[in-house]
Amino acid sequence: MVTRLSFLGVIARVFMWAFLLALAVVVLYPLLWMTLNGFKTNAELFGDPFALPLDWSFDNYAKAWNRGVSDYLTTSVLVTVTSTVATVFVSAWAAYGLTRVDVPMNRTLTAAILGGLMLAPTVALVPLVKLFQSMGLYNTFWALLILYTAFRIPFTTFLIRAYMIDLPREVDEAAEMDGAGRWTAFWRVILPMCKPILTSTVLLHILFTWNEYLFAMIFTSGSGVQTLPVGLTSLMSKHGTDYPVVFAGMVIAALPVVLLFFLGQRYIVKGLADGIGK
Amino acid sequence: MRATLRRTLGLAWVLPALVLVGVFVYLPLVQNLGFSTLEWDIYSGSQEFAGLANYAKLAGDPVFWSSLGNNALYAAISIVFQVLGALLLAALIEGVRSQRWQRALRAVYFIPSAISLTVAGLLFYFIYEPNLGPLNHALRAAGLGELAQAWLGQESTAMSAIIAMSQWQGFGYSTLLFAVAIQRIPAEIYGAAAIDGVGPVGRFFRITVPLVREMTGLMAIVTLSGAFQVFNEVMVMTGGGPDNSTQVLGTWLYRSGFVRNDFGYAAAIATVLFVITLGVAVAQLWFTRRRRVEW
Repeated sequence: MVTRLSFLGVIARVFMWAFLLALAVVVLYPLLWMTLNGFKTNAELFGDPFALPLDWSFDNYAKAWNRGVSDYLTTSVLVTVTSTVATVFVSAWAAYGLTRVDVPMNRTLTAAILGGLMLAPTVALVPLVKLFQSMGLYNTFWALLILYTAFRIPFTTFLIRAYMIDLPREVDEAAEMDGAGRWTAFWRVILPMCKPILTSTVLLHILFTWNEYLFAMIFTSGSGVQTLPVGLTSLMSKHGTDYPVVFAGMVIAALPVVLLFFLGQRYIVKGLADGIGK
Repeated sequence: MRATLRRTLGLAWVLPALVLVGVFVYLPLVQNLGFSTLEWDIYSGSQEFAGLANYAKLAGDPVFWSSLGNNALYAAISIVFQVLGALLLAALIEGVRSQRWQRALRAVYFIPSAISLTVAGLLFYFIYEPNLGPLNHALRAAGLGELAQAWLGQESTAMSAIIAMSQWQGFGYSTLLFAVAIQRIPAEIYGAAAIDGVGPVGRFFRITVPLVREMTGLMAIVTLSGAFQVFNEVMVMTGGGPDNSTQVLGTWLYRSGFVRNDFGYAAAIATVLFVITLGVAVAQLWFTRRRRVEW
């Protein structure tokens, strides 16, 4: 590339960097402010908002933990782990059936499962509440597990199917020649080959479940079944103006997914990019 | 006969997904249409067929129309910042020579999209808070004290304040995806244009914009669909107030159905939402089926 160190070019680069860094500050400062507030006392919080905490104690974190955050976190972890396993397995099964088994009405079934992608959860809300009430599952852990799994199967199947379709046919033939049954071929041959896309789908499902609010808010109300996004709003409304505790709770809720994003960035970006337009 | 049996048994692979999606995604959708024609009294438990009465009520409900308007405003502003703005930003980041800085910037901008809307919403609730919030403090410190106000507490600014938070939360997501699309453009094309004396602005409009137009279309559709499904941030920041000025279809549906117990009416709002999101989804299908850009 031809680069001319013209005066105008230098000015342009300075402005570009100033803009990009200013934007980074706009993104990071609120998050930093949130984290710092978790260390402040209530009096400090109502003082100068730009001041640093006087005493770096984890008191607010401990308080938040004891005022319900430990329960919310446990529920979040439980719902996230179980629904991730359920969603990815059921989707991988379906993707295998749709791409590598001679199934009748293949095109119709594919359209039926992937078509779920087009439907907004909000639309199904009223009937779903009735349905879960009649099943006796309203306000239980099961409601969230089932909903998170059912509503994410279309997206997850879409991603895994697109990946499986590109795996060469010879793989199945080789497995068959070795005398492997369908199940063994799926479990020992195809699934291990899909590891990159499985990693993407697992990470994206974790991000979704950990942050989901609509279902969590409508289908759970007791503190024993609330996940973090809903629990935080309870923490906010129940404890009046002890805001530093709320900030501590927010940090506890945000930290795991931010770390997860940095650790699994490559897979998350790949999954998002494939998910939007493959 | 055996072959038919074998094929049918193959269905077992697809069945769990099919049943879950059928019972919990499709069935409620169909039921919703039926519910929307009922006059449903939750206290007496009576359900009476009311025809299109709920839809007539919808047409005469000013809050429904202002909710729809708020969703449309949300969509318009999000298209500007999270589609057009994000495309420009992604191209700007590609202009950074160090790969490491490119990656770092994209990752930093994405962080708000990784955290939940509840956390982001609560965070901005405090940022906008009139007394302890840094926004008003900063304005006063800059000598703009007369601009300091109760951002979420008054009708004139509440909706804009929520939408602004949402741009902060979401622009990094679309920027990241645009960056992926731009990186798929072969470097030789840019190199050739540079040799021909095309400047950075010309390269953006003549190479980047046309070659990522598929991603631009998809982002516009995803953003549009998201804007009509807004719920979380409004619930957390204002709950639809003050005086219903920040209601969107999602929160108005919630309030009608689960606070005022008017399930039939809530179902009618859901049908409107269904028509809008389905329309957007069909547009997406049509869009992805079209021929891809070829290098």
